[in-house]
Amino acid sequence: MGYRPPNMSAHLQITTPLNRLEIVASPGFVARSVLAGRDLCEAATMWRLCWTLSWLDIKLRYRGSVLGPFWLTLSTAIMIGSMGFLYAALFHMDLHVYLPFLALSIVLWNFLNLLVSDSCVCFTSSEAMIRSVRMPFTLYGGRVVLRNLLVLAHNIVVIIAVDLLLQINPGRVGLLAIPAFMLWLVVALALAMLLGAMCARFRDIPPIIGSVMQMAFFVSAIIWRPEQLKEQEYLLVFNPFYTLLEIVRGPLMGEVPSLYVYVSALTFSFGLILLSWLIFSRVRGRIAFWV
Amino acid sequence: MTVELFCENVHLDFPLYHGTARSLKKTVFHSVTGRMSADSRQRVVVQALRDISFRLQPGDRLGLVGRNGAGKSTLLRTLAGIYEPQGGRVRIHGSLNALLDPNLGMNPELTGRENITLRGQYHKLNPSAIRRLADDVAAFADLGDFIDLPVRIFSSGMVVRLGFALATAIRPQVLLMDEWFLAGDANFLEKARSRLEDLVRGAEILVLSTHVPAVIHEWCTRVMWLDQGRIIADGPADEVMDAYLAAPNN
Repeated sequence: MGYRPPNMSAHLQITTPLNRLEIVASPGFVARSVLAGRDLCEAATMWRLCWTLSWLDIKLRYRGSVLGPFWLTLSTAIMIGSMGFLYAALFHMDLHVYLPFLALSIVLWNFLNLLVSDSCVCFTSSEAMIRSVRMPFTLYGGRVVLRNLLVLAHNIVVIIAVDLLLQINPGRVGLLAIPAFMLWLVVALALAMLLGAMCARFRDIPPIIGSVMQMAFFVSAIIWRPEQLKEQEYLLVFNPFYTLLEIVRGPLMGEVPSLYVYVSALTFSFGLILLSWLIFSRVRGRIAFWV
Repeated sequence: MTVELFCENVHLDFPLYHGTARSLKKTVFHSVTGRMSADSRQRVVVQALRDISFRLQPGDRLGLVGRNGAGKSTLLRTLAGIYEPQGGRVRIHGSLNALLDPNLGMNPELTGRENITLRGQYHKLNPSAIRRLADDVAAFADLGDFIDLPVRIFSSGMVVRLGFALATAIRPQVLLMDEWFLAGDANFLEKARSRLEDLVRGAEILVLSTHVPAVIHEWCTRVMWLDQGRIIADGPADEVMDAYLAAPNN
């Protein structure tokens, strides 16, 4: 096991690109926003790392299991299958109508729900990394979003299977789901940054968020159909969870959501993005002390 | 662009959160009832760095000395951009590598190769450079086939070798180094030595924190003595070390 002296020339070749690091303690909204914007841009240049981190997160979770990430698909399929029969009977609905609705709702809701709970540990779960290297914080947010997108990609298989089985085709209306989903991704990043920072500072927030999400699951027309509310259906417009869900789910079922739904979803999204920006740009320099 | 490292009036408070300071409920309650004060928030603030100003140019080898808690590691982390100061400015021109803690954020669940890939991507290396990095690290750390196994199952010696090899594989212009780097078993130290010397020689600026006078004498040309977050003395290595060693409790 003799050790050869390192080959100097081979060693010399690995160098890092030039960079400039300038940190100025900066009071004032504009200066802080510029720094937050720079954080965002730097994270964008490191997309390769972000992708690898997200992919390894998934791989790690299922390392050593035979089906790998398709366990997710299987468990989602079983859940939708059993719930579909149960609730179709309870609600006296045609399984052919109810099952595609439920499959779509559950898969999309699981995405949102996991995203929110992951957002809470966005920074605290990367404590070791935050304390050992300087990295744009947006990268950790991007990692949460990407990781959940990968999970969603596995679960989409269930929706496709149900739609193929029951021969359902949303038609061209379905394309409306694409811009809505883009909005989701932006909101998801904003949410990861906001909840990640707040949960790093205040450790009692995650349980609060957990109970909010549990409540939202029951009030947001996920296992029941909005029409079942009859005259009270208009109240759903005030539920941002519902409207955000509906702008993606509606088109995929071949229905165009109402204008109110869009207005509500957009208002809520912009509010959240703004809040996230304000808080993140304010606390960005503090996160390393909090985790 | 010339390589430089510049600190001006750097001022850093380190908040220590414990007990109710972590609770949103308590914080809201205190602010609503107007009884907020330093003690009721239970937030202890350590004045970690005070009025730190200095400038390093190519060729400078700065050693940081001081007792435990003097602010050496905090200063290194501030220079690395991990902690952002509440006052003053830090400017670094040149590529930077900070060797701060032994595992450098390595994930023990991932394989050696995956950890190496992450580090390479962090430094924005392209895939072929990352492959070379992995070869270099595996050869130096004597990992053999272990490189494709999770770091968790490595022996502690292998973890140290991997951490060291990985950290020293990438050559920066500005090198920040904590003293753990000079620890390790004697056998490893010997083979690590030439690699470390190589790295330090290649760096244009070195900042090293240590307790050991011999390390300072060997590596540093300039010494900064910190105490309670302030600069007590800053100057040529011999002069400052004489004063430092003459002071009581050092």
